[in-house]
Amino acid sequence: MTRYSAPRLLLLLCIAAAIPASLADDWKALEEDELHDPSNPAISILQDPEEALSVLAPDTAGNQVDWAEALRQGQIEPRASLQGEATRRQHDTDIVMKNTLDQPYVLFPHKTHNEWMSCEMCHETLFRSVLDGNAISMAKILDGEHCGVCHGAVAFPLTECDRCHSVSAQSSTAASSGAVVPKQ
Amino acid sequence: MRRIIKPKRLVLILLVLVPLAAAWAEYGDVVINMRAEGEGMSPVVYPHWFHRIRFQCSVCHVDIGFKTKAGASGITMDQISQGRFCGACHNGEIAWSVENCDFCHSGVPGLETGVQGGHETSGPGYW
Repeated sequence: MTRYSAPRLLLLLCIAAAIPASLADDWKALEEDELHDPSNPAISILQDPEEALSVLAPDTAGNQVDWAEALRQGQIEPRASLQGEATRRQHDTDIVMKNTLDQPYVLFPHKTHNEWMSCEMCHETLFRSVLDGNAISMAKILDGEHCGVCHGAVAFPLTECDRCHSVSAQSSTAASSGAVVPKQ
Repeated sequence: MRRIIKPKRLVLILLVLVPLAAAWAEYGDVVINMRAEGEGMSPVVYPHWFHRIRFQCSVCHVDIGFKTKAGASGITMDQISQGRFCGACHNGEIAWSVENCDFCHSGVPGLETGVQGGHETSGPGYW
């Protein structure tokens, strides 16, 4: 029986990343997306994705919007609460995850995530706040656990390997004292 | 350590990467049809993209209490009318009110509850 090692699997994932990227073009109008009922009287009132998304920082995957960049550039200002007041605890520690076999290390930026959500979104349910305290694997992520709760469903998809696996083992970031490095 | 991926799981994983030709929903669209069609209404299509322009994730998923798994929140129109879930905003003050049935109940008949999306969300199990 053929078996696939994790490195080979990751290679397959990266190759496959080119497929959706090449298919990404424009946005489907609601009446053509095979989800909305074209005979619904509200269809002409609801906003088409293209109108809202085409003016935001572009991307090649997901919504074809680089949401983090759109936020940084001030193109969007999503509220932090229903009424709009922001009283959120801020946390900007980067975490470098080194247990990645022969793939580049993963750099997890708390700041980018914290700009979208409060700590309670992930802690202590999806992730324990303990370094090396979470048995994360790509198989679990692809199964919709850990990072895969959002990435692959609404945050950028799991075909974008190098956005997370972004740190070469030889780089200065890998050895940076500013990074929190879980033990291997 | 050499980790082994079973072929069956690999097939599942590759399915994630193959966009379904028939699915052109916008990435992150959620179909909610746990009860709608059973109650004689069209399925709900919830556009994540529209809402994340206006609200950060934790407003809905922490403050209001929407679970991060489609179909797991147990939403009913009664709850919405009482100001819970969608009704926390869709009350005629923050956003348009629930009298506009067709704005949400806009899906074609027969859709299954789950996260949709034309790019990469066509599998596997969790969603």
